Amino acid sequence: MKSQQAANRPDNTAFTQQRLPAWQPMLSAHFVIPGFLLIGMAFIGIGVALYITSQNIQVLEKDYTGTGQYTACSECADMQTIPCICNVTFSLTTLFTGPVFLYYGLSNYYQNYRKYQVSRDDVQLWGDVTKSPADACAPYQYIDNKPIAPCGSIANSMFNDTFSLYQIINGTMKLVPLDGKGIAWWTDYNIKFRNPSAQGSLQDAFNGTMKPVNWSKPAYELNPSDMNDNGFLNQDFLVWMRTAALPDFQKLYRRITSGDYALGLPPGDYVLQIEYNYAVKDFGRKKVVFSNVTWMGGKNEFLGVAYIVVGSLCLVMSVVMLVVYAKYKFADENA
Amino acid sequence: MGSVMSFGLNCFKGKEKEETRRLKANDREFNQQYNYATNAIKTSKYNVFTFLPLNLFEQFQRIANAYFLFLLILQVIPQISSLSWFTTVVPLVLVLAITAAKDASDDINRHRSDRKVNNRKVVLLSNGELKDEKWMNVQVGDIIKLENNKFVTADLLLLSSSESLNLVYIETAELDGETNLKVRQALTITGDMGGDKDTLAAFDGVVDCEAPNNRLDRFTGTLTYNGQKYSLDNEKILLRGCTLRNTEWCFGLVIFAGQDTKLMMNCGKATFKRTSVDRMMNILVLCIFVLLAIMCIILAVGNGIWEQQEENFTTFLPRQDGVNAAFSGFLTFWSYIIILNTVVPISLYVSVEIIRLGNSFYIDWDRKMYYARSDTPAEARTTTLNEELGQIKYIFSDKTGTLTQNIMTFNKCSINGKSYGDVFDIDGQRLEITEETEKVDFSYNPLADPKFSFCDHSLVEAVKLGKPEVHNFFRLLSLCHTAMAEEKSEGNLLYQAQSPDEGALVTATRNFGFVFRSRTPEMITVMEMGIQRNYDLLAILDFNNVRKRMSVIVRSPEGKLSLYCKGADTIVYERLHESCKRLMDVTTEHLNEFAGDGLRTLVMAYRDLEEGYIEDWKQRYDEASTALDDREEKLDELYEEIEKDMLLLGATGIEDKLQDGVSQTIEQLSKADIKIWVLTGDKQETAENIGYACNMLREEMNDIFIVAGNSAEEVKEELRAACLKMKPDSNNDDVTIAKGILGKKLKVVEDEPVNGEYGLVINGHSLAYALEKPMELELLRTACMCKTVICCRVTPLQKAQVVQLVKKYKRAVTLAIGDGANDVSMIRAAHIGVGISGQEGMQAVLSSDFSFAQFRFLQRLLLVHGRWSYLRMCKFLRYFFYKNFTFTFVHFWYAFFCGFSAQTVYDEWFITLYNLVYTALPVLGMSLFDQDVNDRWSFQYPQLYVPGQRNMYFSKGTFAACVVHSIYSSLVVFFIPYAAMYNTVRNDGKDVADYQSFALLAQTCLLIAVCIQLGLEMNYWTAVTHFFVWGSLAIYFAITFTMYSNGMFLIFTSAFPFIGVARNTLNQANVWLTILLTTILCVLPVVAYRFLLMQLQPTINDKVRFKVRQTKASPPPPPRRTRIRRTSTRRSGYAFSHAQGYGDLMTSKRFLRRPPAGRTAAFSPPSRSTGFLPTSRSAGYSPTGRQPNHAQAETSLEMYRAVREA
Repeated sequence: MKSQQAANRPDNTAFTQQRLPAWQPMLSAHFVIPGFLLIGMAFIGIGVALYITSQNIQVLEKDYTGTGQYTACSECADMQTIPCICNVTFSLTTLFTGPVFLYYGLSNYYQNYRKYQVSRDDVQLWGDVTKSPADACAPYQYIDNKPIAPCGSIANSMFNDTFSLYQIINGTMKLVPLDGKGIAWWTDYNIKFRNPSAQGSLQDAFNGTMKPVNWSKPAYELNPSDMNDNGFLNQDFLVWMRTAALPDFQKLYRRITSGDYALGLPPGDYVLQIEYNYAVKDFGRKKVVFSNVTWMGGKNEFLGVAYIVVGSLCLVMSVVMLVVYAKYKFADENA
Repeated sequence: MGSVMSFGLNCFKGKEKEETRRLKANDREFNQQYNYATNAIKTSKYNVFTFLPLNLFEQFQRIANAYFLFLLILQVIPQISSLSWFTTVVPLVLVLAITAAKDASDDINRHRSDRKVNNRKVVLLSNGELKDEKWMNVQVGDIIKLENNKFVTADLLLLSSSESLNLVYIETAELDGETNLKVRQALTITGDMGGDKDTLAAFDGVVDCEAPNNRLDRFTGTLTYNGQKYSLDNEKILLRGCTLRNTEWCFGLVIFAGQDTKLMMNCGKATFKRTSVDRMMNILVLCIFVLLAIMCIILAVGNGIWEQQEENFTTFLPRQDGVNAAFSGFLTFWSYIIILNTVVPISLYVSVEIIRLGNSFYIDWDRKMYYARSDTPAEARTTTLNEELGQIKYIFSDKTGTLTQNIMTFNKCSINGKSYGDVFDIDGQRLEITEETEKVDFSYNPLADPKFSFCDHSLVEAVKLGKPEVHNFFRLLSLCHTAMAEEKSEGNLLYQAQSPDEGALVTATRNFGFVFRSRTPEMITVMEMGIQRNYDLLAILDFNNVRKRMSVIVRSPEGKLSLYCKGADTIVYERLHESCKRLMDVTTEHLNEFAGDGLRTLVMAYRDLEEGYIEDWKQRYDEASTALDDREEKLDELYEEIEKDMLLLGATGIEDKLQDGVSQTIEQLSKADIKIWVLTGDKQETAENIGYACNMLREEMNDIFIVAGNSAEEVKEELRAACLKMKPDSNNDDVTIAKGILGKKLKVVEDEPVNGEYGLVINGHSLAYALEKPMELELLRTACMCKTVICCRVTPLQKAQVVQLVKKYKRAVTLAIGDGANDVSMIRAAHIGVGISGQEGMQAVLSSDFSFAQFRFLQRLLLVHGRWSYLRMCKFLRYFFYKNFTFTFVHFWYAFFCGFSAQTVYDEWFITLYNLVYTALPVLGMSLFDQDVNDRWSFQYPQLYVPGQRNMYFSKGTFAACVVHSIYSSLVVFFIPYAAMYNTVRNDGKDVADYQSFALLAQTCLLIAVCIQLGLEMNYWTAVTHFFVWGSLAIYFAITFTMYSNGMFLIFTSAFPFIGVARNTLNQANVWLTILLTTILCVLPVVAYRFLLMQLQPTINDKVRFKVRQTKASPPPPPRRTRIRRTSTRRSGYAFSHAQGYGDLMTSKRFLRRPPAGRTAAFSPPSRSTGFLPTSRSAGYSPTGRQPNHAQAETSLEMYRAVREA
């Protein structure tokens, strides 16, 4: 009888009665002011560490566009003679600690332009050259009704300057061995990109496709010296296909890890021989960068400075808040 | 399509709208020429085939959905498409699917109920034969037979019935919510046909009547039969939706069927209410569209310029044919419209609905708003208005049944100068009467009503001692009334009284040993202390509003003639014998005391009469009552003549019981700065009295203005005077109106501060003048200056007008609360309507948005549920806009670094899932669980309610702050990763500044930043919210790692091109340091700002929360309030109904003309638990006085009237 009478009585649970136990934090002074103090000190600590680390990174940049204030390679800038070889010389007074990485950098180059960035065909790059390339590749989709492999603007515009580094020892040029293996992401090399498979050679696999318009050689001949570094799995190609986020970017070209240079580039004079093929002077610039890395990656002073600034601001704020709290400390008078 | 079709149909109907209806009984061919609707009804909207197209069409009429469809179309155009189709399709499909599922389930229910109704069985008279037929096959002009307890099939003209006088009894609960039975009576001409099939089949009457309409209380038409015309009115019509009761069978002629019935015409769509937050949101969405357009234009121009300047980049990215810089800019505009679409979030509307639904469930679930005695939980009938409950500024309350229980209890009396009813302890201190107080034992009286309780033993002693005054007093009460008694079994008495007051008096008398047992027109049978005595009833001098008293003239069994009179003190005192002078003084004192306790008082007096005089008088009385002209005046004269020189017996105090906790609730609500206006149909005295009883009016108020003018000028004068008194410097000439920017549209009467507290009582007459156009502002201004406003004797329409007046000129949210059919109009008119689900009909509840059983639950509804809902909704909106703007603005900044090419910053899958998965649950968790302080503290500090009234938590200002905040956050979320990743590399020298890594970094920063921001917003971290927040972050990483895994790439080759990004990027120290820096930079300024703001300008909210923190305990229990005693010179309470009494009916003998069967049916239908229900507002208790066109006026006593008029 009784239960029937209370048939409509709502359940008495913490949830339905909105009585769930809860943590009710509040921005109280005991929590906020020490918090700011702690964060401030921690940030300054991190910032100093980052800044010092960044300072220890050695970077050597050489612009070789050949126009404007930098005149290196100016003889090649007009792109009249192809191939055009030019030299950039520099000298080191101290050891450039290894491993040294050689980058090429482009600026005002919009790899992140949407139309550019979508102009590729991931299915094709995964080894399927028999299907028709994606429409996004247009206008680098077909030549004479034959599909381009690799298709699209990104592949077509692949950076094709080449560098070789020599140390000048007593007037002779000693080749510094550059290591081009494994400069791309492991996942790109092993998962994302795949060479088309076919009976016979790689060339057979690319049968029936055309090379990109701007390329002088087809994909399967990109690296004549290493048969395994060809096709879609060419390291330089992989690096290039990982498009940059910003219009100024640098990409890894080679590492200097072997031989006499395993510990770095010793002091001395160097010549960087550049095969100048890539035309950017109409809109941007190009450069080579020697750099080494630390646990925090390449040189970037911003992070360290930012941490120090933010940390200091936190300390200032904590003082300000302390003063305000001490002075105004809102009383609970008849709240 | 649906609406178009129905629209078309309406137009079609409109062209040949029925002016009048003509139909012929038993002649389908004749009736078919008019194409009347058949009795099949269809409330469902779709069928299996039309569901998808119709529902989709309807959904796409909603602007948000249409917008997303438009986006989808844009995305299909390859030149424009900047996002994959799935980013829009997935959310859109989800939203459409949820809505469609809800619509489908609603429609299935409608189908089901339609089918059930259409397939009900009815007996149809066809070609002289009775046969079973489905409801849907009944047509206009058919004659059908209804049986007891069956629903009425269509709107019928009652032809004949099994009962004598061709009466039928119907219950109209489904139609208007009233549970008492009503009587309908057929014309004699048709009634004579009885149940004879052949005669009925041959009946060829023609009915001409009004066109279908929705007025339940009116019907006009004529019946032409055998060349004679008979007029038809509502008394002869049975409406669909009623139930036949206590009637074996009846025959009826179908007049309106199916959609044309008054029931269906009344099912018209209720006014669609929107909350102020809704309206605000609509404006904001428009603003957002403008913002979106501006951003897109900027970016499009940027793209045009970029294309021009960077023309040489075409070496690597050739332009398509015919696309020049300008055209590219144009395309970019649309591309950015797609990318930045997240500022107009499709999931916003769905989320808002979910939140409101959730918060409605809390109301349904609240045990503290559950009324055990009637087993009624609170109910949120509209689930879309919750947050408005947190913004109420004006409450309009009905009185009877809402503030009061409409239960009268006999509390006190004064007999021969001695007051009874109080309980004293040994020291002579008056004790408060509580549940525990010892009750008087009435067991000596076998006829006592066990429900009656009384605590003062001295009265029983006095009765038992046989004090003659006391006996005389109760004798008077047992004789002088117009109640009916019904004795179902020996000793089981039930009284039917005109008003609850009278019922209370008769019941009390019964318990004290003077049991009114039965009456005939000539005799009243009373058990006096166990002895049965029959009094001859010579006359009833009935009550009316002018006389304010009633008397009976009786002859005792001993032959003694007496006149017993009860009435309002002022009236009766004038007619007392001089010898009572001293007793009058004492009694007056008692009356003041009673009135001070808020009791309704009556004075009793009697007079012994001479046989000779009475014979003469009776003769003149009989003459007067049959006189043709001036009957009233003549009778009044006779009454005056005999009601004089009476001897005072005493007085009674009847408590019009307030509902529990009413005055406390009102106090709480007024602390929350909510203004309460009482709108009642009751009379001024009663209303005032209740005003005092529930502490709305107080003796210590500076003044209480009573506006009761009889002309427009008078009313205006009185209002002016009141206004001047409150604010002497106020502008006498004109009510100033602050004109809004839009001129005419935004007239707002601002609140004006006055010194002191004032009350305003205005009656319906004056209100009628005051609500006229030229004076309404005057009224509003004066009323708003007063602390308390009571409008009495108002009609339902006026109730609605008052509400609308406030709605129109005050930028405030209104709430109307009521329990009866007369409150429906105001419940509909107010922003929020609350129905008291009490004992009376369901009409108010059915048209309300929220309902519960007790007025006191209102404070919980507003101060707890409303406040939390508002808080949650505002927090939700602020946060939702923040997170979406931040998300979107990052694209805007990135545009400057990607050639304005409509390149997204994030992975497309992140864009798809951001609103749907990653941030959906945490924000829902916040908007379902968050609370600033718990309910007890909310009651402790009703001031917490005020920010809601002032729209403080979500306004254009806060929205602008949101935008600024998100601009800051988006700048941080974009530029910190930008600077940190600029030309940098991984710690193995490989790429990390590539697009995909940058996207991952930015989206991770964004998500963590908005999650922490959510944490800052949240005050109440339950386990669920913890789970949602941390779970969502975990889900983000889980999904990210999964989507970027080798397996996913191998399975869906190119769908997840971000392969390997997560593990190549998130293992870098500098990436995590960047995330940390970004998050901290997003959050810390907010923390500092809020902290400083709280120190420098703490809000009431901060203060209370601080206090809660300090005490770390529940608030002190509210002080036990003791009843404030006051003596008052204000005395109300005339314990009679307002309608003319039924005295003459009692003596008319006509009410006994009904045969026994019919009689039982009338007085006590076996099927219904009947008798005197003290709680039902039955019995001529029309709050509007005699309102002929008001449905409420029909009552159970209608039965008598029907007989009388027969």
